[in-house]
Amino acid sequence: MTIKEIQEEVIKEFEKLNNELEKYNYLIILGKNLKSIDPKYKTDDYLIKGCQVNTWYHSECKEGKIVYEVDSLSLITRGFISLLLRICSAQKPEDIQNTEFYFIDKIGFKNQFSPLKDNSLFKLINKIKTDAVSGSRMKQNKN
Amino acid sequence: MKINNHLDITKIRNDFPALNQKIYGKHLVYFDNAATTQKPKIVIDTINKLQSEHNSNVHRGVHYLSDQMTQMYESARKKVQDFLNAQYVHEIIFTKGTTDSINAVAFSFGEAYIKEGDEIIVSEMEHHSNIVPWQIMTKRKDAKLRVIPFDDNGELLLEEYKKLINSKTKLVAIVHVSNSLGTINPVKEIIDIAHKNNIPVLIDGTQAVQHEKIDVQDIDCDFYCFSGHKIYGPTGIGILYGKERWLKEMPPYQSGGDMIDRVTFEKTTFAELPAKFEAGTPNYIGAVGLGIALDYLTNIGLNNIQNYEKELLEYGANKLKEIDGLKIYGMAKNKTCLFSFLLNNIPPYDTGIILDKMSIAVRTGHHCTQPLWDHYKVEGSVRASLAFYNTFEEIDYFCEALKKVQKMFS
Repeated sequence: MTIKEIQEEVIKEFEKLNNELEKYNYLIILGKNLKSIDPKYKTDDYLIKGCQVNTWYHSECKEGKIVYEVDSLSLITRGFISLLLRICSAQKPEDIQNTEFYFIDKIGFKNQFSPLKDNSLFKLINKIKTDAVSGSRMKQNKN
Repeated sequence: MKINNHLDITKIRNDFPALNQKIYGKHLVYFDNAATTQKPKIVIDTINKLQSEHNSNVHRGVHYLSDQMTQMYESARKKVQDFLNAQYVHEIIFTKGTTDSINAVAFSFGEAYIKEGDEIIVSEMEHHSNIVPWQIMTKRKDAKLRVIPFDDNGELLLEEYKKLINSKTKLVAIVHVSNSLGTINPVKEIIDIAHKNNIPVLIDGTQAVQHEKIDVQDIDCDFYCFSGHKIYGPTGIGILYGKERWLKEMPPYQSGGDMIDRVTFEKTTFAELPAKFEAGTPNYIGAVGLGIALDYLTNIGLNNIQNYEKELLEYGANKLKEIDGLKIYGMAKNKTCLFSFLLNNIPPYDTGIILDKMSIAVRTGHHCTQPLWDHYKVEGSVRASLAFYNTFEEIDYFCEALKKVQKMFS
């Protein structure tokens, strides 16, 4: 599936939920089911700085694609991570770097990703995109 | 339903427009008063009126509007003097807020009195704004910062404090009420101990002035600081009270217009107090707004407020005790109506987000007191900080909401 198709799929899933609490409940469920990060990356070196809750991030380029591992103490953040990884996993770096993650606004969580707020998940999106850019460069250099 | 005999809470709530709104379709429960308090309509209306009809720069204008605004600005200073029972009106300096007030003292006091090897005492429960300015100053002066520890209940260890005092100690800077735990520190005793050793004391009163009557002459502090927006006044205005003898001796913190006597390219002489510490155009409308907020509180009566908030504290503490898995941080015998807690192993951030969706405003995280949370070896807490416009019914709703949060994360 393309990034756009997965985003549309996520939007449809959230449309079935009736209110804010149901949406967060769904995120919590997603968060509980997210695979934990490899313990070797659960150190201060891999923390995303500026998040209110400890959130660890690691990515590497494997066979032309970026593999992300992200984890958080917050189940809600883990829910968001789960959605982002579902959208970005197994995608080409150049597709990720050019993506507008419009699903965030559509499902009603724009505030959680606002660059204006100190503790927002904007930093996570930035990292995902920045690494996609460097992944894309590595790929070009190989070619 | 519990009824308070001294305050008509329904009437009081009607004075605060922000409280009478719905968030996500439900009535707002505002429990984030330690971050900022809501403003009574009279403060909001006064500011609007001043901006639209009376705006004019103060002090040097010769025209009607400037005269009027100057009188209002200086009358606000007099109100603050009365509110704190300061000896002289020129001991009241208008600042941007507590952070600005503490920075002013840290710089000016440091310049005047601190030399290599000297020591400043703070406590383990200080807000960052009463740590970092001292750190910067002591680094600049090659001096040292010493720290009074607290016990697990959140009470300062006064015996340890006494041990820290020595001939190198030049100032003690202590928070009156902890913004993270609600502990009311025994400032009078702390000041007395310091004064017996001829050491001045700065009190950060940001979380105290809105909850109890402060008398700076009675507690005998040398400096007292607070912010307007945390005492039902506007943002961007704060107070530095300083005893005349210190303010006279200390050099200015900032310089520019209004704080001078005579300027030549060779030399500048400074204005008398309080102007010496108020460089540039002051926030005169904020100052007048703060004066109105103080009038409002004085009319209600700080004793009435204190008594009612004690009832809220007792009621809330008992209700929260009934919730299994809720751990309160800050169990001092003497505390304000503030509940800092963790719910099971749920990160505060998650609890705060879900409470928000139930229209409850709390604060989560370290509350700008990271060393305090290092003591407890946790990252932070959920903080519910109540004010005199909060109700017993809101506490009931809050406790039910916490149980729902527990269910969602179980």
